[in-house]
Amino acid sequence: MNSAMKNTLLFAAVFAMIPVIAYYQGWNAALFVLNMGLISAIMALGVNLQWGFAGLFNVGIMGFVALGGLAAVLVGMPATPGAWQAGGFGILGALLMGAATIVVAITTARHMRRGWLRSLAVLAILIIGFLLYRGVFDPSVEAVEAIEPALTGYLGGLGLPVILAWPVGGLFAAGAAWIIGKTALGLRSDYLAIATLGIAEIIIAILKNEDWLSRGVKNVVGVPRPVPYEIDLQNNAGFVDRAAGFGIDAVTASTIYVKLLYCGLFAFVLVLLLWMAQQALNSPWGRMMRAIRDNEVAAEAMGKDVTARHLQVFILGSAICGIAGAMLTTLDGQLTPGTYQPLRFTFLIWVMVIVGGSGNNLGAVLGGMLIYLMWDKGESIGLEVMEWITVGMPDGSALKAHLIESAAHMRLLTIGVLLLLVLRFSPRGLIPEK
Amino acid sequence: MRVRATLYSPDELIYDKDFELDLLNAIVALSNFVIIPAMSYGAQLALGALGVTLIYGILRFSNFAHGDTMAFGAMVTVLVTWLFQSWGISLGPLPTALLALPFGILGCMALLLATDRVVYRFYRAQKAKPVIFVIVSLGVTFILNGLVRFIIGPDDQRFLDGERFIISARTFKEITGLREGLAFKTTQGITILTAVIVVALLFWFLNRTRTGKSMRAYSDNEDLALLSGINPERVVRVTWLIVAGLATIAGVLYGLDKSFKPFTYFQLLLPIFASAIVGGLGNPLGAIAGGFVIAFSEVTVTYAWKKVVTYVVPEDMAPDTLVQLLSTDYKLAVSFVILLIVLLVKPTGLFAGKAV
Repeated sequence: MNSAMKNTLLFAAVFAMIPVIAYYQGWNAALFVLNMGLISAIMALGVNLQWGFAGLFNVGIMGFVALGGLAAVLVGMPATPGAWQAGGFGILGALLMGAATIVVAITTARHMRRGWLRSLAVLAILIIGFLLYRGVFDPSVEAVEAIEPALTGYLGGLGLPVILAWPVGGLFAAGAAWIIGKTALGLRSDYLAIATLGIAEIIIAILKNEDWLSRGVKNVVGVPRPVPYEIDLQNNAGFVDRAAGFGIDAVTASTIYVKLLYCGLFAFVLVLLLWMAQQALNSPWGRMMRAIRDNEVAAEAMGKDVTARHLQVFILGSAICGIAGAMLTTLDGQLTPGTYQPLRFTFLIWVMVIVGGSGNNLGAVLGGMLIYLMWDKGESIGLEVMEWITVGMPDGSALKAHLIESAAHMRLLTIGVLLLLVLRFSPRGLIPEK
Repeated sequence: MRVRATLYSPDELIYDKDFELDLLNAIVALSNFVIIPAMSYGAQLALGALGVTLIYGILRFSNFAHGDTMAFGAMVTVLVTWLFQSWGISLGPLPTALLALPFGILGCMALLLATDRVVYRFYRAQKAKPVIFVIVSLGVTFILNGLVRFIIGPDDQRFLDGERFIISARTFKEITGLREGLAFKTTQGITILTAVIVVALLFWFLNRTRTGKSMRAYSDNEDLALLSGINPERVVRVTWLIVAGLATIAGVLYGLDKSFKPFTYFQLLLPIFASAIVGGLGNPLGAIAGGFVIAFSEVTVTYAWKKVVTYVVPEDMAPDTLVQLLSTDYKLAVSFVILLIVLLVKPTGLFAGKAV
């Protein structure tokens, strides 16, 4: 069996799961899994760019995804009336002042001679800058957060079409990736991992605590949609008639129709990114990347700027994760900072790439769809397995209750074991790199 | 006071005494809220960072599973503590957990030797790249994470018993007559004392014993060590055993001092790595220094200085804000920023570690 046929069969097998889910749980559930699978595939594509092409280990995917989600809010939500006048400009000014302080400190450090005088000057600039920043920042934040805290209490967004948030999410993630890459690339590979782990935790901390920006743990709900609302479709006589023509009731028809529209949008983005990634992989640039990955010393000897290329591919991969994050928040219709867990948004994506086949874009897409499916259905399967194991135990026994209650944590364990098994016995994944 | 009192007029004396008392109060408040907590937190971080740095020196990879190794060791200790408590065994004023600690260490040793045998040894034989080890250690992290949650659940667990304070704030106030109290918790005392003993033992072992010397030789130059007949598998095994001890002690001390919650140990990973890198990865002395640097920065940056400042400055200059540089929600950001600065300015760390 040649590889093209094998790949087709693998994809066919994964897509065949969708009707199976539809048969048991209805088309709504099936399309939901498909949509999430498409988004996961995009994330996996981004990570594959970093790991598969360049061998860069990013443990902060969650942070880049969350930044994308923030973009969806900042672009799509309407601006809170009066928030900008109350304190928005103050906050913006304070942030600019903070940035200016850092720039001044860096230029001072560059232009003064080494010694205690320089350290003192830089320290003084930082302290004065910080005090000024806090002086402007704090009252502005208070003013913004005082505006109807139960409903808004944040700046809101620009009120633009939410589709625009997708590329903006990519830009946000690229910006964060630039800061991390500038510092940690060019050093040992472990340092990048640790730095990305840190930035992800901090991005989530910011989203949870800066209420003026993202409403914190109060969540932003009702992010606008790029597709029509179900309720509008149900009130649309033409739509109801067409649904009746297919023999489905209007409510089911509208939910399925909306999910299909999302599915089309996501599939379009995925195919576009996949095409771009394939072009990149087969271009001289892609060959150079793989050459660097396989032997950095040799590539450097050939005159390639390894650190600069790494920075480039790291930013690109993170941007793709940011795009996927914005799409995810658009699909959810809400930003809930509490739901960003490293297991779900960093580690699972890693498993997708490695199971699918690192270094192969098609593999990453396949892995993304497949692992998401297993993840989504794993919860109920885990519970059923645990109930089956404990079936012989007497009802009401403490052990049985404990085991069934703990079944949810089995996912952590299973995914960890799966990763180790694949790494050990099939490190090239389902669709290996050519 | 009495001697100097004769030199002053009564008015001056009152002013002077008030100021001195204020200064004393400020110092007490500072010790109570900053110095003592940072010392014990620093000791916990230092023990954790020592484990990371030893693994890095000998096995040459950053072990992401270290936080969860600490959680596992602490979990075994918690379970044994509960068992002892149910049997009515206790250490009187000291926490029973100290009695259970050796069992926790044994459990953790068994776990680490098993993971090395099942997981890491294969990649060592293959001479896999360090980044592969890191990914594999992430896999182990999640297995351990799941295991700990599966056994003990994801919630907070209390296992502290015995006397709560060496000196309580009230006793201190009664003895000294100061307005500020100084509380010295038993767990803080135990943490600092244990850390000193453990570090002394570790350095004695590394510098004085044959096995310790062979470990350092292996860490400095693997090929040369192999040529001189050092058995690498033995060195690796001993390293895991020591790391199990360090991780369990760090995990239990942290759990006693704060509380035992599986997820916090995963979050400790960042400050621990920051400590190890600030000190210089692979350098044990650096790990200790790094632990205290990170702990003191974290506590001073997130502490609300209002109280201390109010005592020190004249009354009309007293601040009306909290004088807190950063809210405690961002304590992770402190380690992160220090990490970034070290990576930018001196990637080998303060004590010249081996990694660039």
